[in-house]
Amino acid sequence: MGHQLGYLTLVLYAVSCALYARVLYAPQARHASLPTFFLGAAIVCQYFALLERSHWIHSIPYDDLFGSMSLFAWLLAVTYLGLELFHRNRSVGAFVTLLLTIWTTALRIAIPDATPAVPPANGALFAFHVTLNTWAYAAFALSFVLSLIYLVQDWVLRSRKLSVPFWRFPALDVLDRMSRSSVYIGLLALVSGASFGLVWEHRLSGGYSWGDPKVIVTFAILIVYVAYLALSRIPAWRGPRAAVLCATNFLIVLFSYTFVNLYFTRFHRFI
Amino acid sequence: MATTSNPAYLGPQRIRVALIGCNHRTASVAIRERVSFNAEQALHAADELRSRGILEEALVLSTCNRSEVYGVSAGPDVVGEMERFFVGFHGLSPVDLNGSLYRWTDTEAVRHLFRVAAGLDSMLLGEAEILGQLRGAYSRALEHGATGPVLNKAFQGALEVGKRVRAETEVGARPMSVALAGVRLAEQVFGDLRGHSALIIGAGTVAEQAVEHLRNRGIGSLRVANRSLDRAQQLARSFGAEPLAWESLDRVLGQPDIIVSSVSASAPVLVRESLERAISGRHGRPMFVIDLGVPRNVAPEATGLYNLYLYNVDDLGEIVEQNRKAREAEIPRAESIVEEQIRKFESWRVALETSSIAEDLRTRFHRERDALLREKLRTMPDASPEERARIAEITQELIDRVLEDPTRRLRHGGGMRGRLSAIEAIRHLFGLDETTPTRKGKKN
Repeated sequence: MGHQLGYLTLVLYAVSCALYARVLYAPQARHASLPTFFLGAAIVCQYFALLERSHWIHSIPYDDLFGSMSLFAWLLAVTYLGLELFHRNRSVGAFVTLLLTIWTTALRIAIPDATPAVPPANGALFAFHVTLNTWAYAAFALSFVLSLIYLVQDWVLRSRKLSVPFWRFPALDVLDRMSRSSVYIGLLALVSGASFGLVWEHRLSGGYSWGDPKVIVTFAILIVYVAYLALSRIPAWRGPRAAVLCATNFLIVLFSYTFVNLYFTRFHRFI
Repeated sequence: MATTSNPAYLGPQRIRVALIGCNHRTASVAIRERVSFNAEQALHAADELRSRGILEEALVLSTCNRSEVYGVSAGPDVVGEMERFFVGFHGLSPVDLNGSLYRWTDTEAVRHLFRVAAGLDSMLLGEAEILGQLRGAYSRALEHGATGPVLNKAFQGALEVGKRVRAETEVGARPMSVALAGVRLAEQVFGDLRGHSALIIGAGTVAEQAVEHLRNRGIGSLRVANRSLDRAQQLARSFGAEPLAWESLDRVLGQPDIIVSSVSASAPVLVRESLERAISGRHGRPMFVIDLGVPRNVAPEATGLYNLYLYNVDDLGEIVEQNRKAREAEIPRAESIVEEQIRKFESWRVALETSSIAEDLRTRFHRERDALLREKLRTMPDASPEERARIAEITQELIDRVLEDPTRRLRHGGGMRGRLSAIEAIRHLFGLDETTPTRKGKKN
């Protein structure tokens, strides 16, 4: 059942991507809300796939690589859907769902979806800690995509090479606001997630492992994104420079989520 | 939705959709002026056409680029009668319009209508205004009772084509004027222009068009500056904007989000330093400048300024040219939508004709049978009433059996063209056109 739900999720993401692309090409086309519907369906489907995995391991699936990456994709989709509804703009949906489709396909191909080992019982605080941090990464990934589109759009405006999608893309102002909203969500989730982690660790060991590379990098992420929000309001930085900063910040997130988790940290390794 | 019940004129005759008119391709503006109809005249002309029995359904479409009369009739010389009416209505002689009129019937008339709705027949390829004008003309004619099932079907199809072409192709998607291109580019920076402000420096036709587009998009505030304050006040009145003294231009330059400059000056009006100061006072908010002046009003060195988007006439002209090519590349897709809709209309029309021709054949056979029975039964005085009834029943059944297969084939077989040819042949062979007179002079 888990596999079927996984494949169904993939198909729904792909259909949603195709429909978003259609809306991008022809915004006045009939049934313009269909892609959102299919994205919603993919989210629901992936939720049940994750829920099933949770039932196997009696925990949120964050401990193994496949579960963790699936959770990341699901949170990315949820965050995007929230932004789309809040900003009433679905023109970047094609790019986000394309990313989700590629991500989900790569997961299916590269990582065996075997029944994971049951992780040690760490309690609800720990589950919140990991889930919220994953959500933060997903929101930062979204801001990265939005910033990239912003930079492409800005380049097109300046170079005057106005191709078909240009007229369909959201305005720079909308992209900027969506990107900042995404970073706000990410920061809120990161601060909450990190706090839960600290409380959990203190309860467990009576102290804090400040020297753990994951903790250090998390603080670095916090700082660079707060800096982005602050600088994006300063005249000399507002606009393309802030978008470059936002896109660059994501490299640290990637580093944290991959290299740090796999090679550097003692406490935050994937199984 | 309009009614689709069939009036009597959709009888045994061929339902003929006819069109006569002229447009920007066939007639000069001087001729188009003389044959244009205002809304009242259009309805009056439709009434006249119907009351004189020239048309059963009529609709006049008149815009600045075209005057066209669409009609439905079963009359043999409908186009000729429409032409005489068209010329006479405007008090002209046929010589006045020599070579300016086009005449289309049936599928070609419907194709023309659909192409008009798609913007493929417009002066500015894909322009959206025509669809609104067509919708207006149709609703007025419909409310007035001038249209019937055929024109209703044709015009509803046309509106559908117009919507689909604009939704599914790029034909109407990109701006095709310098002014609109500038304003659409500003939208790509700011999004919704409501709540944003614009400054117009100088005046000119393109600047006026830009103001109109900005107004249509609900621009928050609009100011006008000119070398002469009197002229600025005059322009501000006509634009519905606030006048600004030339001397204060430098001081307020940082306030507007969009600047449209169209001044006749040998040296740039906006130099890099003043724009740099303006941008630094905007707390990093971007500024969009449309320079319509020749020579340029904005110093070219300002191009690289951070958060300044500057477009001059050449830039915008190039964008318009790119858009024109992109629109033209989409023509085949738009044409295929037109053809798809024509097929739908034609199969509807064939179905209508098929059902009426089957009914008319049956009527014709029954009439022949009744006459034959009357004649033959006179020579059979010994036949009892039961036997006479039985003979009538058998001949009735014979007619039903004979017509069953042909009727089915007419409805479903042979493709649309084949069915239309069969209908024509049956009409001719059985003389159906001669049996029922055209109902001329009918008025709804």
